Amino acid sequence: MSRHLLSAADFDREQATLFLDTAAQIEAALAGREVKKLPTLRGRTVVNLFYEDSTRTRISFELAAKRLSADVINFSAKGSSVSKGESLKDTALTLEAMGADAVVVRHSMSGAPHRLALWVRGCVVNAGDGTHEHPTQALLDAYTMRSRLGRLEGLRVTIVGDVLHSRVARSNVLLLATLGAEVTLVAPPTLLPVGIETWPVEVAFDLDGALPKADVVMMLRVQRERMAESYFPSPREYSRRYGLDATRMAMLPDDAIVMHPGPMNRGMEIAAEVADSVRSTIVEQVRNGLSVRMAVLYLLLSGAEVSL
Amino acid sequence: MTGSWLITDIRPYGEAAVDVLIRGGHIAEIGPGLSAAGAERIDGGGLIALPGLVDLHTHLREPGREDAETVQTGARSAALGGFTGVHAMANTDPVADTAGVVEQVWRLGRDSGLVDVAPVGAVTVGLGGTQLAELGAMADSAARVRVFSDDGFCVADPALMRRALEYVKAFGGVIAQHAEEPRLTVGAQMNEGVRSAQLGLTGWPAAAEEAVIARDVLLAGHVGSRLHVCHVSTAGSVELLRWAKAKGIDVTAEVTPHHLLLTDDLAATYDPVYKVNPPLRTASDVQALREGLADGTIDAVATDHAPHAVEDKECEWGAARPGMLGLQQALSVVVLAMVETGLLDWRGVADRCSTRPARIGGLGRDGHGGGLTVGAPANLVLLDPAARSILDPAELASRSRNTPYAGMELPGRVVATLLRGRPTVLDGKAQA
Ligand SMILES: [Zn+2]
Repeated sequence: MSRHLLSAADFDREQATLFLDTAAQIEAALAGREVKKLPTLRGRTVVNLFYEDSTRTRISFELAAKRLSADVINFSAKGSSVSKGESLKDTALTLEAMGADAVVVRHSMSGAPHRLALWVRGCVVNAGDGTHEHPTQALLDAYTMRSRLGRLEGLRVTIVGDVLHSRVARSNVLLLATLGAEVTLVAPPTLLPVGIETWPVEVAFDLDGALPKADVVMMLRVQRERMAESYFPSPREYSRRYGLDATRMAMLPDDAIVMHPGPMNRGMEIAAEVADSVRSTIVEQVRNGLSVRMAVLYLLLSGAEVSL
Repeated sequence: MTGSWLITDIRPYGEAAVDVLIRGGHIAEIGPGLSAAGAERIDGGGLIALPGLVDLHTHLREPGREDAETVQTGARSAALGGFTGVHAMANTDPVADTAGVVEQVWRLGRDSGLVDVAPVGAVTVGLGGTQLAELGAMADSAARVRVFSDDGFCVADPALMRRALEYVKAFGGVIAQHAEEPRLTVGAQMNEGVRSAQLGLTGWPAAAEEAVIARDVLLAGHVGSRLHVCHVSTAGSVELLRWAKAKGIDVTAEVTPHHLLLTDDLAATYDPVYKVNPPLRTASDVQALREGLADGTIDAVATDHAPHAVEDKECEWGAARPGMLGLQQALSVVVLAMVETGLLDWRGVADRCSTRPARIGGLGRDGHGGGLTVGAPANLVLLDPAARSILDPAELASRSRNTPYAGMELPGRVVATLLRGRPTVLDGKAQA
């Protein structure tokens, strides 16, 4: 495995499980502690390089790094040279000169972290690139499923919504396939990519048919603006056909959970009463994100003693 | 201005070895054991001789982006690639949409002394796609423009395309269409398919090319005009062209070297050196293009040589400009994709890389694309097909370095190029 985390396809089942187990150990180690901090990465520098606004992901990585005692630099597009048109390469060389041990990058363009990895010596962690991938989201989702339902092997996961533009969906499909879950994607045909028949998933257009067989239903954020590009006729029709409301939630098996990577469009892809129900893991996902990102930084940065 | 040259032991079209005597810019004698007092000698050593190559599709970037290429550096690349004539695309800055700009480019080409540069005129003012440029003025200028193209953009408006096709008949012109339905390719980054789905890059569907080709061959047939289709990239386009030709429609088409060799799998690197428009397609498209070129459905190889400054490629895929260098490696790629696979013999290479493109673009009037026969203008290239080398981008003559073939072993080395009897390349080195 490379020293970077660029794609959920970068690791096998054993390595994926190690991320999840390490996150569990970290969570256990910190449980009940007054000072929620481990000394592991003292003296190491983690840079959050965010070309796209994503307060929640940035804060999650920032807190994860700080809880491992790393020094954290936030390099956001606003108010820095990045917004003045400095190239990705020049920014990379700057970070390199600062001695960044890890660069956590969020970028609106697919593949930007892959390019960055060419120009820095430190670890590059993909915190979401365009419509490509968001591997730490997939890890935290898998972690959440495993802690709620006790397993991943054979778990039936239904992912609903804008798969075409979703980095969350891409990373989840790859990781869940690695971990032995059975994934069904449900979306209007306009929001599924050409070529999806090669993915290790089932595809369905009818949400009602998919729900009774789902252990997990993951609702993807759908931007209202997609309407202007005729991906669907109106938010109302989208919501009627692909939104998860209380009536639809009742079709799920008893133990099934409802996930959402956030931020939610309440009333669009998910109804408020679903988001706030006991099936919803949305708040848990945020909490688990912290442990998982600590595990990622720990395993990537702690070097030789871990066989990654 | 041109002396006499005696080239010994060369094999025209890879056939029996002969000597060729060149005098006054023309082929004076062909035969075994020639001698000529006072002629300078080139020892051919069994090299293959082909008529000088003609490129229908080159971006020389001058005026406007001299940091990426100039007519001089582009001409040097062309000569080193075995070309004696190139068509310079109109998407410069300013756009080549007036007699003044095309004459400027034509003069720069003439001054290079390395290759004949035939400027392509824009179809519409500023490549804007709404108003016809003064096509007649460009045709009547010193540059004698015969090929018109908004390349980089598609002439998307069907009514305007129809008028352009009709209008240029008055002076024997041809519209070269960059076939790309613009609404189907908004934000497109690569071929739409399995790879784009995986990589999260916005897809450029084959149908966006094919739909325009289908429309344009119907229009050309309807008004009885000539149509040329630039850089055909899909299997479906080949089928449409085959159909149109069978119907008797006056359509010609070109394919680039990179579309004959490379596939969209390369996008998985996210290295924008593989970003090009139209995009690299799938292996089955590559196969269909090779077969289309072999059977003549596709008439010509054209480089779409597109130099870009480092900063336009050393960046995110989405931020990079599309395009790749082509002039210097074109013949090598044709050898690899077409000759070594048995799809074309050397006469076929001469036909697709010289004779037909010269005829399509009108450079035949200046003696390009002629046969290697006594009396013909001495435009020729001498090639060592057995030489293989690993491409080092630093050694290219272009001002730019965006070659997709870096590190690849390619066959064939251009040893010499002659333009009207004067060597522009000798011993693999440009003579200006
Ligand atoms: Zn083009």
